Amino acid sequence: MSAIKESVYLAWKYLSFNRLRTTILIACVTLVGALPLSLNLLLSASERELMARAENTPLIVGAKGSDLDLAINSLYFASVPPEPITMAEVQDMQASTLAIPIPLHTQFQARNFPIVGTSLDYFDLRQLTLVEGRAFSILGDCVVGADAAAALGLEPGDSLVSSPETVFDFGGVYPLKMQVVGVLDKSYTADDRAVFVDIKTAWVIQGLGHGHQNLADSGNEDVVLNRDGASITANAALPQYNEITAENLSSFHFHGSIASFPLTAVIAVPKDEKSAAILRGRYEVSEASSQIIQPTSVIEELLIEIFKIRNVLNLVFILVMATTLIALILVFNLSLRLRQREIETSFKLGCSRGMIARLIVAEVTTILVISTGCAVVITAGMSAFKDEITRTMLS
Amino acid sequence: MTSPPMIQITDLEFQYDGGEFRLQLPQLVVNTGQKAAMIGPSGTGKTTILHLIAGICTPLTGQIQVGDTPIHPLSDAERRRFRISHIGFVFQEFELIGYLNVLDNILHPYRLNPALTLDSAVKRRAAELAVQLGIADKLKRSVKALSQGEKQRVAICRALLPQPQVLLADEATGNLDPANKQRILDILFRYVDKQQATLLAVTHDYELLDRFDQVIDLKTMLTLTPNTSHPRASSDAPREMTAQEPQEEMA
Repeated sequence: MSAIKESVYLAWKYLSFNRLRTTILIACVTLVGALPLSLNLLLSASERELMARAENTPLIVGAKGSDLDLAINSLYFASVPPEPITMAEVQDMQASTLAIPIPLHTQFQARNFPIVGTSLDYFDLRQLTLVEGRAFSILGDCVVGADAAAALGLEPGDSLVSSPETVFDFGGVYPLKMQVVGVLDKSYTADDRAVFVDIKTAWVIQGLGHGHQNLADSGNEDVVLNRDGASITANAALPQYNEITAENLSSFHFHGSIASFPLTAVIAVPKDEKSAAILRGRYEVSEASSQIIQPTSVIEELLIEIFKIRNVLNLVFILVMATTLIALILVFNLSLRLRQREIETSFKLGCSRGMIARLIVAEVTTILVISTGCAVVITAGMSAFKDEITRTMLS
Repeated sequence: MTSPPMIQITDLEFQYDGGEFRLQLPQLVVNTGQKAAMIGPSGTGKTTILHLIAGICTPLTGQIQVGDTPIHPLSDAERRRFRISHIGFVFQEFELIGYLNVLDNILHPYRLNPALTLDSAVKRRAAELAVQLGIADKLKRSVKALSQGEKQRVAICRALLPQPQVLLADEATGNLDPANKQRILDILFRYVDKQQATLLAVTHDYELLDRFDQVIDLKTMLTLTPNTSHPRASSDAPREMTAQEPQEEMA
């Protein structure tokens, strides 16, 4: 017992004297221990986080095509929007009473943040809460996610202009100045970066609805293209409002049937499992122009593919561990050579045969114990903050 | 009255594994309480003889006895235990451990072999020794910060702490200035006188030889009488030992 105590004492003295070497060794072993554990924790947390949003989205209806694009766009407002479907899908679903339809229109952006045209049901579905202001209620109102608000420095009362689809698209979408009426609490999801508007506001941005002077009262004949009794057709010179205010709100109107207006997707929240099954059945007939997907299965498949990288990482870690082990053996071997004179002196003084071996074991053990402690602290810290870290990385 | 022998070597033959150096020593005797100096040109086997007495090397033939203990039949572990508890070794290069402070260097033998037990009495004795050798105020210092003389005093403290019966000094004064040489010898001689121990010191400092009781010249294979001013001047002294020089030197 005393021999072990003395070995540990001498090992400690040697390690503390050679601080730099010891610190480097401890750092190497700590990283080799902590990295795989921490990364696995983060990967697992990321999987859970990604799945949680999918699990919170029962069904999505969208145009036939890539179910992955549809899921990614509807869940994270990322990637190119899928082919549009029409508002008729929402109306049909409402009429069927099988599910609550939540329209999604994700075609536009405002200063690189996605504009999401939807209904207030979306906030209930995602359990989004406001930290400031109120939800959108009239045309032109917008509610911004926490990250978007922070990045753009927005608060209720400010305005935000939608970005034109392309700079030179003169005949296309014109910017609309929206009023910020609320800011959402941070949810650590894609919602934090979104600018939420009513679906009709999204259609106004798209040019399907607009507001302008009343031609009958304007007295400006330059903008009249044709008069046919009470029906007046304006020409392109008629100025349209690019901001919706209390004064001009009543002048905003839509041309055409709402049912034909475009959506990128519809989130369906079925009443129960039976309703979900019936709804899915309706879309699975071959004549249907739209498809219905279950985000959980799409994201699950995606994650299986993505997290195959875990195997690669594990292999890399095994190689790194082996390399570190070899490096450690080399370092200790070199250290023994450097200490040859000390060992010879100890031998001449009468050092017991096992003492040198005990000394090396004590040094290795001390380094391993300290490194393990550091690795445990790092991993515990990572475990405690893994959700925050993952959310920050994914949002 | 003659003191009993402390170191006795009889009919010793030694050769390093695979080496050409061969040492033959018919007899060497150093009595208890004696201060013996061993001189001779480099390569004559002075250090080897110290190593044989300490049990670091084992002879091919012959007997080595220290006090009542025959060294040659002991096992390796027994020789290590005997060495650490009965023999104090002082080296020319001090051989202090750089990562230990002065006190830890002095206590070092107690951490190397369970044959010595490090307790409060030993620590107290170490402190007393440090006072006697004038290094008490440097116990917590790194040995790298010491002068040559101070380093050798630390090495002597380390050798004396287990209160050995035999002190073996391998050119212990070789790296020191004249004042420090005398001072180190004073310390070693004081210990020998006080403890009735025995000192066998390898040295090249001929000017110090007159301080020793006995001078052993390996070159002339003679044991010189006490108070000889120069070993070569006493070639008619009684013959007590022989040593064959290394073959390469003979050639």
